[in-house]
Amino acid sequence: MPGYYESEDLARFGDIGKDAPQLWEQFNKYYAPVFAEGALSEREKSLIALAVAHAIQCPYCIDAYTRDSLERGSNLEQMTEAIHVAAAIRAGATLVHGVQMRTVAEKLSM
Amino acid sequence: MTQSLLKRHHPLSVIDEQRRIIAGAADVAPFETRMGEAGLRPLTAVGITTFQINVGKMCNQVCGHCHVDAGPDRKEIMTRETMALCLSALARTDAPIVDLTGGAPEMNPNFRWLVDQVVSMGRHVIDRSNLTILTVSGYEDMPEFLASRRVEVVASLPYYQEKQTDAQRGEHVFERSIAALKRLNALGYGREGSGLALNLVFNPVGAFLPPKQAAIEADYKRELARRHGIVFNRLYAITNIPISRFLEFLISTGNYESYMKKLAGAFNDDAAQEVMCRTTISVGWDGRLYDCDFNQMLDVSVNHGLPAHIRDFDPARLAAREICTGNHCYACTAGAGSSCTGSVA
Ligand code: SF4
Ligand code: SF4
Repeated sequence: MPGYYESEDLARFGDIGKDAPQLWEQFNKYYAPVFAEGALSEREKSLIALAVAHAIQCPYCIDAYTRDSLERGSNLEQMTEAIHVAAAIRAGATLVHGVQMRTVAEKLSM
Repeated sequence: MTQSLLKRHHPLSVIDEQRRIIAGAADVAPFETRMGEAGLRPLTAVGITTFQINVGKMCNQVCGHCHVDAGPDRKEIMTRETMALCLSALARTDAPIVDLTGGAPEMNPNFRWLVDQVVSMGRHVIDRSNLTILTVSGYEDMPEFLASRRVEVVASLPYYQEKQTDAQRGEHVFERSIAALKRLNALGYGREGSGLALNLVFNPVGAFLPPKQAAIEADYKRELARRHGIVFNRLYAITNIPISRFLEFLISTGNYESYMKKLAGAFNDDAAQEVMCRTTISVGWDGRLYDCDFNQMLDVSVNHGLPAHIRDFDPARLAAREICTGNHCYACTAGAGSSCTGSVA
């Protein structure tokens, strides 16, 4: 395998449906309406996707939702703020687990 | 400020080179094949609603995406004699709309004369303005002139923020465009009930497709009102056409192949039905006739045996002519489609 992440692979996403077509179909049936205009606009949903893509660090999703955010009229300030939201939640989630650390440490310590 | 391709002797200033590159787009089916699948081959006109006159390539700006390769160095402008031929031709059609474009159309010394003639013929006039020209010395009274003739202003503003606008159109363009918009607003342009239409044009600042027109219009209305107190009527979302200086940008940034694939992949049958050339005739600065302003810049005049100069104008045959297409046309059929008045589907 030449590398774990190849940008061309994004265009081959549909290949994953080859050996489980019904599941792939179900996924697509769900995915499309999730991103359709609803209580949130398509642009807002795209920014959420972009932030989540960074939190889960998926290069395919970062590529796809950077393009998508631009195509929905978002600008770099908005996209950067969205990533900070993801980063802040990541940082907060890390820190709040410190309470577990403290609980365990306190239980073990004299 | 950048310079025109012509001034820089750039290889793309040779139009054959542009046509060669567009025709050879890799992994993209020829546009005509795709139109055939949509049942639109040959593509034919269905009338002439818009009589578009490009009064010249001269412009006070040198935008990075310009499909005209316009700029201050371009001296090709329409003479009054050619304008008179346009007026005679116009009189032989019932086209309700005369769309004046450039370059900066206001820079043609006969611009006001032409507007007056067209208005006296009872046709609706559109001025495709770059806005900044309205702030240049010698043109300051242009807004009043346009208002007094009830000319519709269709103005370019690729984004509601300075950074993106200036990146595409040049330093201080945003600031000067806002000043021009305020002047137009003060005259009643863009205000409900004034009858003075002010429509803005969005086009992506980069190698991507425009958003849905209604969504970005709402963003513009909110942000321009909030930040600058500016109002306007409608926003037209237009796709960048892969020719001239935008083609230069695509190639130099390594985006050309993927952009063409994106356009072709977003082909929409409904948009293809409604491409603007089907109801438009476009006249070049020298009187040559084209299917649209883009074909004009690719030197592809009306064809299939039709006389291609305004002096030989044949309204009946032009209204039902077969249109010349190429891979650049994918920009008109992508997504919600793109025309001089924005989305079509
Ligand atoms: S895009 Fe319009 S304003 Fe910009 S250089 Fe071309 S003609 Fe002039
Ligand atoms: S580029 Fe011109 S000829 Fe081609 S589809 Fe668009 S308007 Fe028609």
